[in-house]
Amino acid sequence: MTTTSPATSSTETEQHGFKAHSDGGDAFVPVQTRSERFGSTNVADFPAVTGREPAWKYTPVAQLSDLIDGELNGSEYPFEAPAVDGVTVAWVGRDDKRIGTAGTPENKAAANAWTAFEKALVISVTGEEEKTFRLHRTDLGDGARAAHTVIEAAPHSRALVILENAGQAALTENIEIIVGDGAQLTVVSVQEWAEDARHLAEHFAEIGRDAKLKHVAVTLGGKIVRVNPSTHLGSQGADIEALGVYFADAHQHLEQHVYVDHDAENTRSRVSYKGALQGEGAHTVWIGDVLIRQTGTATDSYEENRNLVLSEGTRADSVPNLEIETGDIAGAGHASATGRFDDEQLFYLMARGIAEADARRLVVHGFLVEIIQRIGDAELGERIEAAIERELAAGDLPS
Amino acid sequence: MSVLEIRDLHVSVETDQGTKPILRGVDLTLNSNETHAIMGPNGSGKSTLAYTIAGHPKYTVDSGSITLDGEDVLEMSVDERARAGIFLAMQYPVEIPGVTVSNFLRTAKTAIDGEAPAIRTWIKDVRTAMDNLRMDKVFAERNVNEGFSGGEKKRHEILQLELLKPKFAVLDETDSGLDVDALKIVSEGVNRAQENTDLGVLLITHYTRILRYIKPDHVHVFVNGKVAEQGGPELADRLENEGYDRYLQTADQA
Ligand SMILES: Nc1ncnc2c1ncn2[C@@H]1O[C@H](COP(=O)(O)OP(=O)(O)OP(=O)(O)O)[C@@H](O)[C@H]1O
Ligand SMILES: [Mg+2]
Repeated sequence: MTTTSPATSSTETEQHGFKAHSDGGDAFVPVQTRSERFGSTNVADFPAVTGREPAWKYTPVAQLSDLIDGELNGSEYPFEAPAVDGVTVAWVGRDDKRIGTAGTPENKAAANAWTAFEKALVISVTGEEEKTFRLHRTDLGDGARAAHTVIEAAPHSRALVILENAGQAALTENIEIIVGDGAQLTVVSVQEWAEDARHLAEHFAEIGRDAKLKHVAVTLGGKIVRVNPSTHLGSQGADIEALGVYFADAHQHLEQHVYVDHDAENTRSRVSYKGALQGEGAHTVWIGDVLIRQTGTATDSYEENRNLVLSEGTRADSVPNLEIETGDIAGAGHASATGRFDDEQLFYLMARGIAEADARRLVVHGFLVEIIQRIGDAELGERIEAAIERELAAGDLPS
Repeated sequence: MSVLEIRDLHVSVETDQGTKPILRGVDLTLNSNETHAIMGPNGSGKSTLAYTIAGHPKYTVDSGSITLDGEDVLEMSVDERARAGIFLAMQYPVEIPGVTVSNFLRTAKTAIDGEAPAIRTWIKDVRTAMDNLRMDKVFAERNVNEGFSGGEKKRHEILQLELLKPKFAVLDETDSGLDVDALKIVSEGVNRAQENTDLGVLLITHYTRILRYIKPDHVHVFVNGKVAEQGGPELADRLENEGYDRYLQTADQA
């Protein structure tokens, strides 16, 4: 039996002083089961996008037509990546056999990117020692672009791979993450794009036996940024920890669809996304689909999304979906909450002499920092914290 | 010598059913180094008094005054009151996810003193204060009140009291939920603060047991939003034996 349950849940938590989701009505319409969604690498296989599709219903598609079905520049682009032992990076042709092993596009913009890319960038990780690799892309330009990246971790290898994005961009891309048996990989994608940038990204992860991927999406800058990580847990003992932090300012649209497909026994998933919204027209979307197939016995899953609303005029859509096809699971839960700033916390801090603006900063910072700490890399954590600090300082916090 | 004066204080709160008066004319004078116990049944307005002194926005002062050495406390924002030397140990301290105790304490100390404390002495002071309250040093790196037991929360309140060194402390049921050992430890902390800094204490409690460790100079019985009777420590002993029934009956008749 398939239970598609956006509304029913093992754990439905609510925070103090909560406002209903602005799109609560739609959230309770049963979705088409995620496993039946159409997929193709060819853009021509997808009908024109109307904006009513499950993949697009929260997205401002009118501002994305060039990326969805326009012509794309699929050529190589410049990047910086300081050399690290045990990590190689190279451009490969479309016929490379790793391409297509971690997933298939399920929306037209992703298929458009797949159809258009000329070379794929492959980041290969080997060796059991801990290492950190950074790849920095900046100023990809105003023209609509396609990109394809493969991140491959050899069996039992370990690494932290950080993808940093800054400057101008009009980009639609696919990133495949292949985690070999027993490997432990962390992939952090940081979107600190320029104000006008538009970015649509699908991340597809295939995780091997007893392997673990920690995937982190940090989105702070850009006009429209959509990062959709999908993980297939197709080998027993595979583990995904999917984390996200976002901060939407006025007129920013930040979106993420997180999909976890439990397709083998004893697989585990933890999804935790936290975002803050501030300023007129700040819009965030989080959709969390967890599918536990018949093959996914004894799985353990939990997904949560929390949003902190700092001012009027913002909108946070948060839609958890849990589909369970087996009766034998170790645990499955979800939580979704969108809360206003908690006045009791503010009072507590102010009652200790802390001025209101500082108290607010402390609370917001504290709300988001939990996720940052879980990334487990101090240097990156500090940089992200500093970036959030800047976002907060830049915003006109109500007093 | 400082003095906190409360005169004919009337306070109400907005509820779904309209405005609800809670405090109906409270008078109280608290001097440095004194300890006043406020005792009273549930719902008599004790926490309301505590929150009003600290400036919680939920409570509206309809009339009366609160002054600290002649300065109008009601004109001050919550943080200004704290910086002026008023401290409230809360009945239900809130959790602040992602903010560590050590960060919180340092931020508060900096705010109260107007400058960051010298790092060496500060670390030592925090450690000593935590040792005295039998708080494991791991608490410094935990998030404020998150996952703390009831007793740990109360110790954390007294830790702040000892480090921030206010002129006056309102302790709202700091004794509730504490076992005997914790009650002693927390009481010692309050007594230490008083010895070291001439702290004036307004001790709100439901029960007399904390008064074995913290000796009040004055006891006020709080009923239905005002002081129904006051006296010395002997009044607490009488409440111990007789309870609040006597006052409640008169309150009902009124
Ligand atoms: N925000 C509020 N909304 C409605 N009623 C309130 C509010 N705050 C306080 N009250 C009411 O005011 C009265 C006094 O409450 P208060 O918390 O001050 O009592 P208390 O003496 O501290 O009680 P306790 O011993 O239970 O702590 C109670 O009847 C309470 O229900
Ligand atoms: Mg109370």
